[in-house]
Amino acid sequence: MFRFEIIVAALILALLVMSLCDFDTKIKPFLNTVNVLLLLNFLIGWLPLTEGSYFSDFFRTNGLIVFQKNIMNLGIFLISLTSYTWLSQSKQRLEFYLLMLSSIFGVYVMLSSGHILMLYLGLEMSTIPIAAMSNFNLKQKRSSEAGIKLILSSAFSTGIMLFGISLLYGAVGNLSFASVIANLHPNTLTLFAFSFILAGFAFKMSIVPFHLWTADVYEGSPIAVTNFLSVISKGSVIFVFLTVLYTLFGGMKEAWLLSISIVSILSMTIGNLFALRQQNAKRFLAFSSIAQVGFVLVGVAGASTTGSTSVVYFVLIYLLSNIAAFGVIGAVADTTGSESLQSFKGLYKSNPFYALIMAVALFSLAGVPPIAGFFGKLFLLTAGMKSGLYVLLGFAGVNLVLSLYNYLRVVKYMFIDETETPLAPLDRNRALTIALYVCLIGLIIIGFVTPIYQYIDSLCGI
Amino acid sequence: MDILLLLLILPIITALGILTVKKSQTIRWIALSGSIVQLTLAIGITAYYVSLRSAGVTEAMLFESSYAWFEPLKIYFSSAVDGISLVMILMTAMVVVAGILVSWKIEKQVKEFFFLIVLLSLSAYGFFISTNLFVMFFFLELAVIPKYLLIGMWGSGRKEYSAMKLALMLMFGSALVFLGILGLFYAGGAQTWDLQEIAKMNIPIATQSVLYILLFTGFGVFTAMFPFHTWAPDGHSSAPTAASMFLAGISMKLGGYGCLRVATYLLPNAAQELSWIFIITASIAIIYGAFATMMQKDLKYMNAYSSVSHCGFVILGIAMLTKAALTGAVMQMVSHGIMTALFFASIGMIYDRAHTRQADELGGMLKQVPFIGTAFIISGLCSLGLPGFSGFVSEMTVFVGSWERTGVFYRVATILACASIVVTAVYILRAIGFAIWGSVTNKEYLKFKDATWAERSAAVLLIFGILLIGLAPFLLTQLIDMDTTTIFNRLFAVVGR
Repeated sequence: MFRFEIIVAALILALLVMSLCDFDTKIKPFLNTVNVLLLLNFLIGWLPLTEGSYFSDFFRTNGLIVFQKNIMNLGIFLISLTSYTWLSQSKQRLEFYLLMLSSIFGVYVMLSSGHILMLYLGLEMSTIPIAAMSNFNLKQKRSSEAGIKLILSSAFSTGIMLFGISLLYGAVGNLSFASVIANLHPNTLTLFAFSFILAGFAFKMSIVPFHLWTADVYEGSPIAVTNFLSVISKGSVIFVFLTVLYTLFGGMKEAWLLSISIVSILSMTIGNLFALRQQNAKRFLAFSSIAQVGFVLVGVAGASTTGSTSVVYFVLIYLLSNIAAFGVIGAVADTTGSESLQSFKGLYKSNPFYALIMAVALFSLAGVPPIAGFFGKLFLLTAGMKSGLYVLLGFAGVNLVLSLYNYLRVVKYMFIDETETPLAPLDRNRALTIALYVCLIGLIIIGFVTPIYQYIDSLCGI
Repeated sequence: MDILLLLLILPIITALGILTVKKSQTIRWIALSGSIVQLTLAIGITAYYVSLRSAGVTEAMLFESSYAWFEPLKIYFSSAVDGISLVMILMTAMVVVAGILVSWKIEKQVKEFFFLIVLLSLSAYGFFISTNLFVMFFFLELAVIPKYLLIGMWGSGRKEYSAMKLALMLMFGSALVFLGILGLFYAGGAQTWDLQEIAKMNIPIATQSVLYILLFTGFGVFTAMFPFHTWAPDGHSSAPTAASMFLAGISMKLGGYGCLRVATYLLPNAAQELSWIFIITASIAIIYGAFATMMQKDLKYMNAYSSVSHCGFVILGIAMLTKAALTGAVMQMVSHGIMTALFFASIGMIYDRAHTRQADELGGMLKQVPFIGTAFIISGLCSLGLPGFSGFVSEMTVFVGSWERTGVFYRVATILACASIVVTAVYILRAIGFAIWGSVTNKEYLKFKDATWAERSAAVLLIFGILLIGLAPFLLTQLIDMDTTTIFNRLFAVVGR
């Protein structure tokens, strides 16, 4: 039942012991050991686990939550692999892992929460370490700016959310999920509570109009941290948001369908439009991820088992695509020192492997078959159609075209454009290669291995 | 019986074979042999189909098979064919063989080129055999990126612009199509993507109208229907020869097939009510395409605009909703597919030698490269509808079918469409006169060598197709007769006219 949390706590302890023995200064053995540990952590996650709730429903676990935690485990394992080069050059490799694992501990608590206070606790625990992580490039002003921006905006959003939670407490009288579900009636007070809580979540998921911090923080942070922010912290909040909407506020469906549709349209459109002119790879992916969350919200608006299944399925695919894309950007940036999309010109000629991976990742984000993202995206739309939100669907259709332009632009740089100064063949370390292969294989087979979708569906159906 | 899946497995094997081999020459041979086997297979399946039909099998679609793909969402990998899909498959297989032969001399990134070509053909086969709307859409989308890369990486001229324009416009079309099939999925109440099950449902007319417009327009973008035709001229002219052949020959037919099979067949009431919209757009496309062709000097732009005009006949035939017109539309799809492939192939052969496609800079090609010149003339004559070639019978059938609709509106549309033939004759004969006949204008041209064996075989194959349909159209009409009747009966049952 607490296996995930216990293992992560044990890993954190182990890291501290390693630092006592100065093991972290032996770069290669240290990184390899940690990667093996993270792999074990991921594999152990699949062992059967007793379900149920504990501590008077503060903590609960079920099949879906276990699966979500497993996705997150896969995510941190892959992120750790892709940031191998950066970590071996950086001095703070121990702190990076410590903070990442603390954050993931918060994520687990948040995912398993059965009480709003617990949820709040987990959310905070998962965010604060990231603020420290994004400040890792100590010599760069941008990096400190990112750290400060993240901590301030997250504090602000937390404040708003806490205000919503206190209103909810006033309306319901008890904050455990069960009693909120039982006592929630749509009225002005709960509507206010809902809007504040929604705003809080919107900050964490960087939904328009609460997205303004995203691009700056993504740009300033080291690539590994940006990767973590965009997949782990965003993905986990999406999972929790799904629970909050579908179960906690299930009784107010009419009210939130409209607000979700509006923010979804805004996120998709503004995310894609702002991505059009970005030249920095990380800013580009920041806006692309804003648009992707907009698409996720289309699925969320499906308000059904299909909705939650397609959202979980999409987050899995989104995680693989983004990690692959950031992995390649990291590899290019490690050699050239540049994060500009221009440095991708002619990549296919000099580095076909990286170019292909990047192309697959971008096609997946754009939703082009036969890559998994196609299925993910279309299932979100299929779910959204269930609620009959035709305007929303229309905007989603337009945004499919817009986003295709964005991603094809990068594909064009890599495959079509000629350049006088092509990149030299980049070095490939084993860790990064493994991670990219995992992402590649995942992105290709997820759409064709039917049991994956069925498994998620059976988990969500309960 | 899963022989249809062979049509997909074979290209997949070919593609994997291409990926594993290093030598360029081996890659070409793998691609060629794969496509020839595929053509043989397609002929075999057709023969089997005909034998079953003559033995009295009356189900609407044969060789059905179905595998669960995403069961909770009712997505099954189901496939089946009828006569219409079979002739499209045959046409595709022919064009693919010819396309691979024509690209024999490609030297730049051979592996990627042939891989993408095979992927493109795979998507067409998949589209024509699938009967699950989601799977159909999957294959429709699958073709977009290979097209983009083919034009972008091997194209000429303003290739980046054309490739991006094509990809975005086709994506716009597919977004409309997807919204349409999503609507169909939920419309009948039973939540199914299955073509034949939806065909049995009664969808309210209001829903039908919206979905009809969405689907017809969406597929129409693929067929370069006015006003969404603008991707076609740029895309065709920037693409490498084989990709132009595929684009005009196969991809535009995906749209036509979708308009017929999905939009019209599944939504008969709306088709009756609203097809006038598409009669108007088709008439505009026919006339506008023809006049726009007259203004072009670049041979590829010429053929691209004339494709817009010719595909207008397909749309017109489908929108007229009479049995003869539907038959004509299908015939026109096949005929135009082969004819335009031959046209692009011969333009490509000329361009490879002269490095120009401007009609007035060429001249005397018939003297220097008699084989290529002849192929060009044959495709031109077929395009202007000379009796004996496939263009004549198919366009004639469309006109006859359209004339069956009485009423001033339909008559005007038909007459306009017929009148475009004259314009077609003008631009075709002019192009032939400038480029093929006459004296050799440029001394460089005296050094040209005539077609290689690969080019010759490609042209012969396509000319054979043109003549076969032109001289024995009953082969084609008999094959599709039952299916156009099915579609027509469904339309007829609705109005009872």
